Amino acid sequence: MTPSGVRWADHPAAVALAGRHRLRAWEPIPWVLALAFYFVFPKYLGFGTELLITILFAISLDLVLGYAGIVTLGQAAFFGAGAYTVGMLAKRGIWNEPITGLVLAALVAAAVGLGSGLVLLRTGGLTLLMLTLCTMALLEEAANLAHEYTGGFDGLDSLPIAPLFGVFEFNPLYPKTQYLYVVAVLFVCFVFVRTLVYSPFGQSLTGIRENTLRMHAVGAPVRGRLVLCYTLSAAIAGVAGGIWAQANAYVNLGTLGLDRAATVLIILVLGGYGRLYGAFVGAVAYVALSHFLSKIYPTAWQLGLGLLLVVIALFARNGILGIIEAAARRLRPPRAAS
Amino acid sequence: MIFGVDVASMLLGGVAAGMVLFIVSVGLSVTMGLMGFVNLAHGGFAMLGGYAIALAMKHWGLAFVPALVFGFVVVAAASAVLERLLYSRLYRATELDQVLFTIGLVFMMIASVTVLVGPENQPLMLPAFLRGQINLGITQYRTYSVAMIVIGILIVSGLWLAFERTRTGAQIRAAVDNRRMAESLGINIGRLFTLTFAFGSGMAALGGGLGAEFLGLDPQYALKYLVYFLIVVAVGGLGRVTGVFYAALLIGVLDFALKKYVPQGGTAFVYALTILLLLWRPHGLFGSKTT
Repeated sequence: MTPSGVRWADHPAAVALAGRHRLRAWEPIPWVLALAFYFVFPKYLGFGTELLITILFAISLDLVLGYAGIVTLGQAAFFGAGAYTVGMLAKRGIWNEPITGLVLAALVAAAVGLGSGLVLLRTGGLTLLMLTLCTMALLEEAANLAHEYTGGFDGLDSLPIAPLFGVFEFNPLYPKTQYLYVVAVLFVCFVFVRTLVYSPFGQSLTGIRENTLRMHAVGAPVRGRLVLCYTLSAAIAGVAGGIWAQANAYVNLGTLGLDRAATVLIILVLGGYGRLYGAFVGAVAYVALSHFLSKIYPTAWQLGLGLLLVVIALFARNGILGIIEAAARRLRPPRAAS
Repeated sequence: MIFGVDVASMLLGGVAAGMVLFIVSVGLSVTMGLMGFVNLAHGGFAMLGGYAIALAMKHWGLAFVPALVFGFVVVAAASAVLERLLYSRLYRATELDQVLFTIGLVFMMIASVTVLVGPENQPLMLPAFLRGQINLGITQYRTYSVAMIVIGILIVSGLWLAFERTRTGAQIRAAVDNRRMAESLGINIGRLFTLTFAFGSGMAALGGGLGAEFLGLDPQYALKYLVYFLIVVAVGGLGRVTGVFYAALLIGVLDFALKKYVPQGGTAFVYALTILLLLWRPHGLFGSKTT
């Protein structure tokens, strides 16, 4: 124990804690790459847009799964809620301004997250898993049934989305505007999540994940924190869904499906969950692998994906980033505590 | 009287579907209750069993009943190997790892079956004595559905006796209720689990074959019905044979009736009901809190 208050700040643990959230030298790299992609591959911007939206969606999942430790299979419920908010408002001609549309999508998704989170997060384990799955399936069925508003199985297409800032048109054939718009939204959301996870709130989420009982014992409002985290994550997933609907100018039932929820889970785990950049690495690796493997043979992709999941679950629980970190720790000589 | 006949035929159809759900899900319930292992690959074992049975009949000309036995044995043996080699490494892992591992396994099963057999629906030829209609006094009904109900009752009685009256059954019940205590009393949990896991997967295989008439049989089977199997287990409570039985009947009849009378919103209703039920009783209708 250090006697005076001044020396607390010099304590190695305090230095490590204070330095944990500082900007690393490599952190601008993904953004430089994203912008470089715009100039180098102008023909693949549609594909790039899809990739960036997937990253945003995976980040939303990382918040609940990686940081708060809530195992959910129903994250696509919020993606779909956001997508349908944008889609229905635009199709009926009520609202089609993109940026405020995203805010509305986030609000609706957050409301769904808050409503379901308040009741679902009372449970845990298999029950929670089932409840998230059933909530998503219920929303999907509801969207299917209310075909007057949602277009049912066919979904809503050719959504009339207004130009960005009243100037930049969304052209589905040359998605230049969409790409830069998605980069900007992803950046804003990422900065928000990064700030959040390094805040005391984020630390308490990690605490709940690691030892719920102890967090109760130190007086943290565990359920309140979990519900808030679930709601925020739902809002970000809603933004991802909304921007997906805007960029593609259509919505369909697939936005609410188990396929989408499972894919994003796989992407996050592949990259490494509970790490801010896991979503980025996972999405890129997933897309690269799927491209490579489905070229060999369509079914090989599913086989390879299955094998990958088994291997990750058995041997590499922290994904690609975990492997890199472990390798870096081996290579680097042990640092003196200072 | 027409209404009465209608209700009777609806009940018969629902109960028959419930029996299939029970036969497939019972193994999942016991293994989840015993080890707390979230095994999403269970539907995959049912699918593999269905294929083993259908292919044995088609290519080797095996009769229906021996083919069922064959499917049970093959899948039980294969799952015992998987359990020893892979599953057992993840008993102490987090739920997420178990979910990922078993989803990966399902993907591999689906892909292998698609490559080896093909993506199309696999017809399963029923023997002549199970085809056609049977006269039940008040109404004519499909013989196979009636046979299915009889088989289901036989199986649940057999399982109930095995669970409540044999030494192994008592060991399983003890381990479900309190694993540590059971272990301290010298019950070999590892062996017990391999045994129940293999048996449960074998039952799933049996269900896959017996239920092919109702559920069809294609590679996507493993994921398509997984939610239903999980609902049955969650509603029935973990590790409870009778609980799963009642839950399966309930879901079977409900689903059948709703699809008939409310073809539009039937499935949504089942999901909504499951959510309400799990919120009211998180451990299922028949489950207890000590798991």
